[in-house]
Amino acid sequence: MRVENHLCGYATTFAPGLTDPAIVAPEDVVAAAGKGVVKRYNVYRNNVTVSLIDALAAIYPAIQRITGIEFFRAMARFHARATPPASALLFEYGRDFPAFIESYEYARDLPWLADTARIERAWLDAYHAADLPVLAAEALGSIEPTSLAGVRFKPHPAARIVRSPYPAVAIFAMNRSDGPVSPLCSSEAEDALVTRPEQEVTVSRLPAGGATFLIGLIEGATLGEAVAAAFQETPSFDLQANLAGMISAGVFTAVQHGD
Amino acid sequence: MNDSTRLTTVGERGRPPGWTPGAQEGTGTSFKHEHLSAILADALEGGFFEVHAENYMGAGGPPHRALAAIRENYPLSIHGVCMSIGGPEALDATHLARFRDLVARYEPTLVSEHLAWSSHGGKFFNDLLPLPYTKETLGNVCEHINQVQEAIKRPILLENPSTYVAFASSTMSETDFITAVAQRTGCGLLLDVNNVFVSATNHGFSAATYLAGFPLEQVGEIHLAGHSEQRDDENEPLLIDSHDRAISDPVWNLYRDVVSRIGPRPTLIEWDSNLPDWLVLREQALTARRIMAEREMSLAEEVSREG
Repeated sequence: MRVENHLCGYATTFAPGLTDPAIVAPEDVVAAAGKGVVKRYNVYRNNVTVSLIDALAAIYPAIQRITGIEFFRAMARFHARATPPASALLFEYGRDFPAFIESYEYARDLPWLADTARIERAWLDAYHAADLPVLAAEALGSIEPTSLAGVRFKPHPAARIVRSPYPAVAIFAMNRSDGPVSPLCSSEAEDALVTRPEQEVTVSRLPAGGATFLIGLIEGATLGEAVAAAFQETPSFDLQANLAGMISAGVFTAVQHGD
Repeated sequence: MNDSTRLTTVGERGRPPGWTPGAQEGTGTSFKHEHLSAILADALEGGFFEVHAENYMGAGGPPHRALAAIRENYPLSIHGVCMSIGGPEALDATHLARFRDLVARYEPTLVSEHLAWSSHGGKFFNDLLPLPYTKETLGNVCEHINQVQEAIKRPILLENPSTYVAFASSTMSETDFITAVAQRTGCGLLLDVNNVFVSATNHGFSAATYLAGFPLEQVGEIHLAGHSEQRDDENEPLLIDSHDRAISDPVWNLYRDVVSRIGPRPTLIEWDSNLPDWLVLREQALTARRIMAEREMSLAEEVSREG
């Protein structure tokens, strides 16, 4: 055990200061004769913090555009220092960032910001998701009408749904590109559907009842159960339009027959 | 350097480990998706491309499509940046499995990793962090390299780091450490000439002395990159391995020196941020190719004069 502790020593003492500027460089860290180590150790501190802020900026470009670069980087710095990545895969980073935004004191005036961030996080998950074909319209047509209600679907790995009490889809769409931003008058709730029907990730706004319908199907409900839940929530639920949208967006990869 | 060394051509010497046919004398660049269409329009004839392994560890989607398009036309180098070979903790088995699967999927010509660590205590720091050079860390690094080589069933090339600090507890020089690692594990080496220049400046030693102590015969790939300059606590130059600009003249000169001693080696231009147009990046690779060709020509002249 003693040997192992000795071995671990250098990383155990080097690591804490990387995300905490109040901690000085460890004693074992030295520079060439007569040189100080403060600025040298700070190179590592800076590399870590800046690269993690950059990673968050790459995952959340719309949030950065909305808040401005200075605000974003200050917010991201707090988060990166408090919650450095657990995985070496940076495209997995930032899953806690939307919740952090929700609790971030200076972002309280922007209550829709966290949901916009959730759409951006879902976008990146869809981007890296496994390659599988999307369910073709014909697959639905070939099912006996009498057994349609009992059908279940296998979700496409890229499919994600983000529900928001704010117009998060419109805010996302307006800020995700460099295009002009126009004043947004809506305060409607918007549910986002994120899919990757071909190789391009698409984000669309679900019609009323659509989120309940698709979440039910994704979680393994039969078509009959999902339709019932959607009608219960939204009496005006348009089944034909929702089925067509679900097929063209590529929410599912296959029909699951039986059981 | 005596005449017999200078006249030994690469083909007559043993290939360093990790060296497979297809990449000899090649020059390559980092592959960035922004450049894909430009690369397909203006090829790097006889070149190769290098990617960071971790960027292709997602299940699918556009990154794999882009990499497959490159792999169809060029030899590939897979460069791991997050294995934490230099860390005291056991390697992450999940990460190692992902690395193994990626190598199996793309069958790269070159596979490399760093003498550094980036994860500790459940946190990933996204930087190449330094380690002391001691008997204990040597044993640990060798064990990690053996594990990686066992997993991918081939030798890797280990890259020398650029560093900004050293450790009082070090008992060996970096070149002695690297020499011992190569001897014990059979791994090849990735000589990053910019890292040598950066570290030499930062620690006040001579790059030429470092290269004299470096086991050059084990080098299977060379990296060249740009660096930026800051000031240290004494207001003297502190070089940062920034990969965000063209290669500096002193680094080109060191490269010319290395090539004159060991002959052509697959040489890669690393450029990771502030990306230039593809043709600017390609021109850097072609400069490296000219340096290798000049060396071959002067060798041929010497041989014909003496014959």
